[in-house]
Amino acid sequence: MAENTAAGTAERTHDVRLEVNGVTHEVTVPARRLLSDALRHECGLTGTHVGCEHGVCGACTVLVDGRPVRSCLMFAVTAQGSEITTVEGLAEPDGSLNPVQQAFRECHGLQCGFCTPGFLTTVTAGIKENPCPTHEEAREMVAGNLCRCTGYQNIVKAVERAAEIARGDTPSAPAPDGDDGGLEAATGETEVARDDDASTTGLGA
Amino acid sequence: MKPTAFDYARPETLEEAVQALGSHPDAKVLAGGQSLVPLMSMRLAAPALIVDINHLPGLDHVTADASGVRIGALARHADVLASADVRRVQPLVSLALANVAHPTIRNRGTTVGSIVHADAAAEMPMVLQLLGGSVDVVGSGGRRTITADELYVAPLESSLAHDEVAVEAFFPALPAGSGVAFEEISRRHGDYAMCGVAAVVAVEDGRVTSARAGYLSVSDVPTVVDLTDALGGSVDEAALARAAEAALAQLEPETDIHATAAYRAHLAKVLTARVLTAAHDHAREE
Repeated sequence: MAENTAAGTAERTHDVRLEVNGVTHEVTVPARRLLSDALRHECGLTGTHVGCEHGVCGACTVLVDGRPVRSCLMFAVTAQGSEITTVEGLAEPDGSLNPVQQAFRECHGLQCGFCTPGFLTTVTAGIKENPCPTHEEAREMVAGNLCRCTGYQNIVKAVERAAEIARGDTPSAPAPDGDDGGLEAATGETEVARDDDASTTGLGA
Repeated sequence: MKPTAFDYARPETLEEAVQALGSHPDAKVLAGGQSLVPLMSMRLAAPALIVDINHLPGLDHVTADASGVRIGALARHADVLASADVRRVQPLVSLALANVAHPTIRNRGTTVGSIVHADAAAEMPMVLQLLGGSVDVVGSGGRRTITADELYVAPLESSLAHDEVAVEAFFPALPAGSGVAFEEISRRHGDYAMCGVAAVVAVEDGRVTSARAGYLSVSDVPTVVDLTDALGGSVDEAALARAAEAALAQLEPETDIHATAAYRAHLAKVLTARVLTAAHDHAREE
């Protein structure tokens, strides 16, 4: 990790190597760059959403060495050496949805989709740690993530369904006809999201 | 909601960390960052130099033996909470940790960091004080142990010197014949509590020989109250009412946006009775 002082500014920057979804990103950022912003602006991975920016809403949750962590409460410089997984890295190797993404789609566990990336990363790690969550444990698993649309009932159903799919307990329900079922939000890939533009944070900052 | 600019040091050894802290009067240690980073993002804190200790070797241990529990500066709350040895040797540490924010925050936040952040609304400073624990720190003057009594000097202020790094926290083991309990009430799951109370009760031949309670989010520093005399040896309804009043007499509940002082006082009384009862039950099982 080298240090440099950008010409014309007083703020020193650091060369940081971020391992995200198995891909190495060499980025140059000031020390104050939050991991959430580095993922969005430097790596172009805008599936990670920035909501409250102080660790309350959970929208920016990513996996750091397999564990859910708030990316807005980490500086990018401190993430060097860790394996980061964002919502873009959750799909199966063949590109199909992972069990959590499938379950959110089947159970209508999302509406506007803003909070969804944080739920998907949290639950992906959650059902790995606890493959058979009770209803209470399913609620507890998502208690640190805020959703303003769904009222949470379908999200909790999706957690339980995701665990079922991951265990291979029951056959997957067919995808609803003619409805993308929130596929874009569930994979973090939309036309808008590919545009590396600060305005897509929804905060204009 | 972005931090102000700061210089960044990423020491590889404890000596380098101490040196870096000593190099600037406005330097701050970054461990888990779950309290520090939001404070910086809200610009309530603007340290000139961040000393990132996350890459120091040998500080992520969680060990337990007959004397108690030792937690290294880089052990995350989740690691401590997952330890069956910790739960067996000092169950109050595990009971309290389950109430620290959300699992996602506990994956990154460190127990030692929370202890030296010295927030009166946090669980672990109060538990350290109630159990009579200590913190080991390393600075330019070498290594020393600070007991919990001497650690908390003012709201959000510990007695660590400017160039000292907390490296380990120690919680004494629960003695035989003693029981513990923890309860807190917050507006939403995982929020800071409006009031939290923990108790340690010792029982001998059916009589309560010692009862102490710790309070978080009630006063502006973590507070411990001895309720042995108020209980008078037993845990019946009258004794619990006396203990709750005795506790309140030593607390100064404050009003904030989440709760009035009167409501906090009410919660402190109700929770005092609950945790004394539960700790007493626990002591008799032990």
